[in-house]
Amino acid sequence: MKLVTAIIKPFKLDEVREALSAIGVQGITVTEVKGFGRQKGHTELYRGAEYVVDFLPKVKIEAAIKTELLEQAIEAIEKSASTGKIGDGKIFVFELTQVIRIRTGETGADAL
Amino acid sequence: MKKLIALLALFGACSLAAPVIAQDKAAAPATEAKQAEAKPEAAAPVAAVAAPAAAAAAAAPAPVPNKGDTAWMIVATVLVILMTIPGLALFYGGLVRAKNMLSVLMQVFVTFCMISVLWVFYGYSIAFTEGNPFFGGFSRLFLSGITADSTAATFSKGVVIPEYIYVAFQLTFAAITPCLIVGAFVERVKFSAVLLFLAIWFTFAYLPMAHMVWFWPGPDAFTDAAAAEKATAAAGWLFQKGALDFAGGTVVHINAGIAALVGAYVVGKRIGYQKEAMTPHSLTLTMVGAALLWVGWFGFNAGSNLEATGTAALAFINTLVATAAATLSWLFFENMFKGRPSMLGGASGAVAGLVAITPACGFVGPMGAIALGVIAGALCLWGVSGLKRMLGADDSLDVFGVHGVGGIIGALGTGVFAAPILGGSGIYDYVANKTAADYSIMDQVTIQATGVITTIIWSGVVAFIAFWIVDKLIGLRVPEEQEREGLDVTSHGETAYHM
Repeated sequence: MKLVTAIIKPFKLDEVREALSAIGVQGITVTEVKGFGRQKGHTELYRGAEYVVDFLPKVKIEAAIKTELLEQAIEAIEKSASTGKIGDGKIFVFELTQVIRIRTGETGADAL
Repeated sequence: MKKLIALLALFGACSLAAPVIAQDKAAAPATEAKQAEAKPEAAAPVAAVAAPAAAAAAAAPAPVPNKGDTAWMIVATVLVILMTIPGLALFYGGLVRAKNMLSVLMQVFVTFCMISVLWVFYGYSIAFTEGNPFFGGFSRLFLSGITADSTAATFSKGVVIPEYIYVAFQLTFAAITPCLIVGAFVERVKFSAVLLFLAIWFTFAYLPMAHMVWFWPGPDAFTDAAAAEKATAAAGWLFQKGALDFAGGTVVHINAGIAALVGAYVVGKRIGYQKEAMTPHSLTLTMVGAALLWVGWFGFNAGSNLEATGTAALAFINTLVATAAATLSWLFFENMFKGRPSMLGGASGAVAGLVAITPACGFVGPMGAIALGVIAGALCLWGVSGLKRMLGADDSLDVFGVHGVGGIIGALGTGVFAAPILGGSGIYDYVANKTAADYSIMDQVTIQATGVITTIIWSGVVAFIAFWIVDKLIGLRVPEEQEREGLDVTSHGETAYHM
């Protein structure tokens, strides 16, 4: 099992969710986050005061998936989240050692 | 050729101005007669029974308030209250960080309440009764002697309004002025220090300034040259000099702007100023506040006419167009020098225009008002950027940059654009009962400058001493850890937003 974490542009969230559903991903968790990468920030001007905003708003999605779905899932996120411009985000893949469904007590791939 | 054009312009301006004044004056006796018919029980009863209205008016010993004027003044007073709570509170509140939102709302709200009570205790008496040219007397302490039948003079002979509504209208001016100062030291000042400072400053700066600029015995005392001289001698110091301030450029805006600048220096900078981001937490609320200020300002400016006449309408349209022009001007220059026109720039430009037109609104023509607005929009933008950097103080919400600079532009500009040759109404001569024929722009600007300098010195000195006293008694700032945590939780025990 793998845990796929992706940082994407906020307005791409719906497309990514649809793409993941289409390949059979059962559920994702979404968090609004801020951060910086190569895109860097921008400046904001309030009357005389200028501020550099380093952290831009992004969306972080997390999905626990079966190992055999990994390549498809990565491809789905890559395609749906891409604009071709700087700041499209990144995908991180982790090994997932255990999953437990709280309601039934199922474990492993059955719980996904 | 130039002379000819100037002559033509002068003639044009005079012919434009004359009917306005004529209408104004003609309206006064007519309304008097009307109200003698409409409300006989309030007029002297014997006179009311007498058949012809004209005879009744002549025989009536004391003028009775006109219902239209009274109704207008009640509406105007409510509008000025709208400016402060919620208008100014939201305008300022949106500009601070979320952790200090409630502290700003509280400072404005409670200052308004405190000054309201102090005003009726002793403020009205010191500002608006006869004393010396700098301080009034104590005859109206606790509003003693005022009844529902008491009247206050207006700017027309024989026209009065109920004194209670005059007290209330002036109360709203006295209350908003200290609230303006709050913007200079938000996010770091002790709540108790704000209240104590403003109570002292109100007593020794606002009240004498209001007395100096606005107190006079009323137009009815100006019967002939000798009486006029006597009446003028009883008026406030700057009134005697002939300073023009229709709705409070000196008394309200320069006065508050200078005290704010002193406050920003004395209280000191916020922790992290120019190192950490101190971005406004809700420009939406700031826009709502600025819009409420604009709407309320019609009561402030047009209400300062004290009667529902053509001059009130003049002040109304000036308040409308000067503000619009200042907004456009600010945004134009902001776009030119900073790259983008901003919502905060638009809201700030509107307030700058409102401030600048305040002293001028009843004296200048609409084109003069637009010129004033354009100048104020450009110079106040400089006031909050270039000038602010030069001054080096953390005047957090730019009280000096907008109200101080805008107020000075307005006060001096009044002297220029009140000139009949520039479409202004000139100066009314209450002895001759017509507009004075001669108007010297240079002389009037000199008089206006006297008013500006007097206000700067008076307000600055009083503010400095008052801050010193408050610092010694209770201290000005909250401890550093409270400032970092935010004043909402540490000073008031609550949080503005739960999301």
